[in-house]
Amino acid sequence: MLGAIGVDSIEALFDEIPDRLLCGTLEAMPTAVSEVDASRLMSARARLDGVPTCFIGAGAYDHYVPAAVWQIAARGEFYSASAPCQAEASQGTLQLLYEFQSMMAALTAMDVSNASLYDGASALAEAVLMAVRINRKSKSRRVLVPKSLHPAYRRVAGNIVRNQGIVLEELPYDPAGGHIDPVLLQQYDGLDITALVIPQPNFFGVLEEADTLVEWARVNGAVTVAVVNPLSLSVLSPPGEWGERGVDICCGDGQPLGAPLSSGGPYFGFLCCRQAFVRHLPGWIVGRTLDVDGKTGFTLTLHARNRRTRRSGAASNICTNQGLMVTAATIHMALMGAEGLSRTAASCHSNTLRLGERLSMLPGVSIRFDRPVFHEQVVTLPVAANGVLRTLAAHNVLGGLDLSRDYPELGNAILCCATERRTAEEIEIFTGRLERAVALQGGAPCRLQPKGW
Amino acid sequence: MRKTRAALPELSELQTVQHFTRLSRKNFSVDTALQPLGSCGTRYTPRGADSLAMLPEFLARHPEAPEGHSQGFLACLYDLQEMLRVVTGMQGISLTPAAGAQGEFAGVAMIKAYHAARQEFERDEMLVSAADHGSKQASVVMCGYKVRSIPTKPDGDIDLASLKTMLGRRTAGVMLTIPSGLGVFDRGIEAVAALVHGVGALLHCDGVNLTAILGKVRPGDMGFDVVHLDLHKGFFAPHGGGGPGAGPVGVSASLLPYLPVPIVGLAGDRYSWLCEQERPESIGRLSAFAGNAGVLLRVYVNLLMLGREGITRVAEYATLNANYLLKELMKAGFEAVHPDRRATHEFGVTLRRQVRELEVSSRDISKRLLDYGVDAPATWFPPIFPECLLLKPAETENKETLDRFVGAMKSILKEAETDPDLVKGAPYRLPVRRLDDVRAARDLDLAWKPANG
Ligand SMILES: Cc1ncc(COP(=O)(O)O)c(C=O)c1O
Repeated sequence: MLGAIGVDSIEALFDEIPDRLLCGTLEAMPTAVSEVDASRLMSARARLDGVPTCFIGAGAYDHYVPAAVWQIAARGEFYSASAPCQAEASQGTLQLLYEFQSMMAALTAMDVSNASLYDGASALAEAVLMAVRINRKSKSRRVLVPKSLHPAYRRVAGNIVRNQGIVLEELPYDPAGGHIDPVLLQQYDGLDITALVIPQPNFFGVLEEADTLVEWARVNGAVTVAVVNPLSLSVLSPPGEWGERGVDICCGDGQPLGAPLSSGGPYFGFLCCRQAFVRHLPGWIVGRTLDVDGKTGFTLTLHARNRRTRRSGAASNICTNQGLMVTAATIHMALMGAEGLSRTAASCHSNTLRLGERLSMLPGVSIRFDRPVFHEQVVTLPVAANGVLRTLAAHNVLGGLDLSRDYPELGNAILCCATERRTAEEIEIFTGRLERAVALQGGAPCRLQPKGW
Repeated sequence: MRKTRAALPELSELQTVQHFTRLSRKNFSVDTALQPLGSCGTRYTPRGADSLAMLPEFLARHPEAPEGHSQGFLACLYDLQEMLRVVTGMQGISLTPAAGAQGEFAGVAMIKAYHAARQEFERDEMLVSAADHGSKQASVVMCGYKVRSIPTKPDGDIDLASLKTMLGRRTAGVMLTIPSGLGVFDRGIEAVAALVHGVGALLHCDGVNLTAILGKVRPGDMGFDVVHLDLHKGFFAPHGGGGPGAGPVGVSASLLPYLPVPIVGLAGDRYSWLCEQERPESIGRLSAFAGNAGVLLRVYVNLLMLGREGITRVAEYATLNANYLLKELMKAGFEAVHPDRRATHEFGVTLRRQVRELEVSSRDISKRLLDYGVDAPATWFPPIFPECLLLKPAETENKETLDRFVGAMKSILKEAETDPDLVKGAPYRLPVRRLDDVRAARDLDLAWKPANG
């Protein structure tokens, strides 16, 4: 091959790089290890972390994923496919994305969906940018973002939109209900508000009065952005049906649809909207069309195809999305169907209620908010959460998320979730351990005889 | 509560498995066909890296798991940060951006934060190479900057004279891809860096093509202040039909405080997350958790197995393959975009002459390639070279495959001479014939609707 090129060494192929820039051997880079050795190292590190029993949710949920999902998604033809630049050679991926868009539209009761974004938080940022583009009448660029929305989502959205003169204004939550009290919105009546973000369920697991909020926004000329858990939509009212006309934009994280917890990613963000706004929808969008013989086929459409040539004024920089996670989610939804998803949702919900019931029987422990929840809730402890959680972790139970950093006003509060994978026995173990851990921290005395630890 | 059940498929497991297996077979992929795609191309992921990144403990790890249950996972990310620091020659790395475009945005946002900290608010322009990727415009606009385009000379290097006239007190930074989007290494890079730094601006590198020079020359040594990598393109993470990706950013000392969080820190022998609290000047987080962790683990295992010798070999084989393919195509009568330059790991072939003389377009030729079982690059990139095929035969392909590709190109050329309609009608052997993109964008059909619905 060197002969054909007309050089006598591979090094010669790098002769356009100025010599003084060459870095030489990188001693600080380790030497190669074999697959066996890599396997030994990775297995040891994985064992170090173990598999604790997880009662944390907070945006990432420990759901069971049927075996068929990843066995099919991991097929080389999906796994190692490039981006579908040549539609005719990517009909598998493209048809699958069209099916995904269709299923997301059905689940959210929205008109259209894109083919995914990075995650729920960055999808919210894109939704906010989209809302600002859509709401041409509004000049304020003020977006109301409830404090009951996931704190990381609020930060990410802020970080991404900050340099475009958009103001994210925090809406407080009701101290008793944990939801946005619609009465609070009255202070904004008649003001120029660009958009209102509505989480459902919110970060605390609490259900918002979505219909009332959407109607307020409609009357006040604000675009509505729903942030939802897609699994919850199998049982809860979908954003497309909130209020009289539904929301304008709906986004969220697709993790509950077939993505393992995997330390926070890869998951995928989704973004749906009304048909009227489809031209503002960022990310890839797949359309159904015909080939020259009149046969049905699928292709990237709208601006997505032209992203690479857009020289200015492009509204969003999204190119790569989360293709393979969407592949898994599409198979997951097809396999579970609406019925399967709603059973999973119901089972998570009843497990979480059961957990709440058991925990709140412990002295000094109570459920923080009095509004209805979905599959997650805030529990108040009589002592500081972090010591208790550390003790629980030492017994291989992740007992929930400490809220003291993001919500110091809630006192000793943790956010707990028991998905369909948690058994009654695990819930009992958690309850017992929590009681002892609280006692250990100088809280209420332990009523039970310590046994077996 | 939901009133009507969502219209999701109602299928048995076997039907689902059959449907998606059938779809997968309509895709080209690295596992099944040569993928010589420039720019957005994909590389082979060794199966070992895949399995080791998916050990059960890693898949089950909750993103909010306490650090005591995370030492193994954090050790992997820390090691990866260090490896990327070494191969890029930068001072610090953040792994969190979810794809190249998000890494690109992070780079611009850091430049913005840097100038803001120095109160240099008059800097409102970002200079972007004309040969560059469309996502840059959007990333720059998202950070509140204006875009100006820097011309390249006919030989593919930046036009230093023009650059000099454009640089000034309003310049915040200059963005280049190196090796460039046209597959050449800019020989004037040191002069570019000196000019940019001379006016107090920063130099931003799109590292999507870094694979071509791995272990040879490093962005840090060339004078770049920030570089982002595209791990699903250059660093052997699977492409998944368009993601998930990962777009880590590396920075020089001047941008260290602004790196996006979270980052993994090491104190003694204890790994921990460094977040907003520990890094108050950070541009913040860009996704809810730590980016696409699963992708990062794959890349880590891969770099372990490649080691210091392996990374250089990747660059050498990729460059060898590209230069060989270029020479053979030139012998076969094709014209290089830059005939007098070395190819890096990719190069452009212009079909200007064929288009003029034979009435076929580069699009026709790319579609005909599909009939020969080779995936073809998109013909709309790079934007400044119409009728161009950007080719990247990755390091993993052997000589026989490259020769077969040349054979296919030769016979397509012959077909174009003798029977242009044949080429214009391509493809014939794929699941669909040529698709109607205009119809797709005009008669939007983005989601399946029940008949009469
Ligand atoms: C040169 C270049 N830069 C940036 C990007 C964007 O990267 P990503 O698709 O990973 O977001 C791409 C790919 O689309 C590219 O080819």
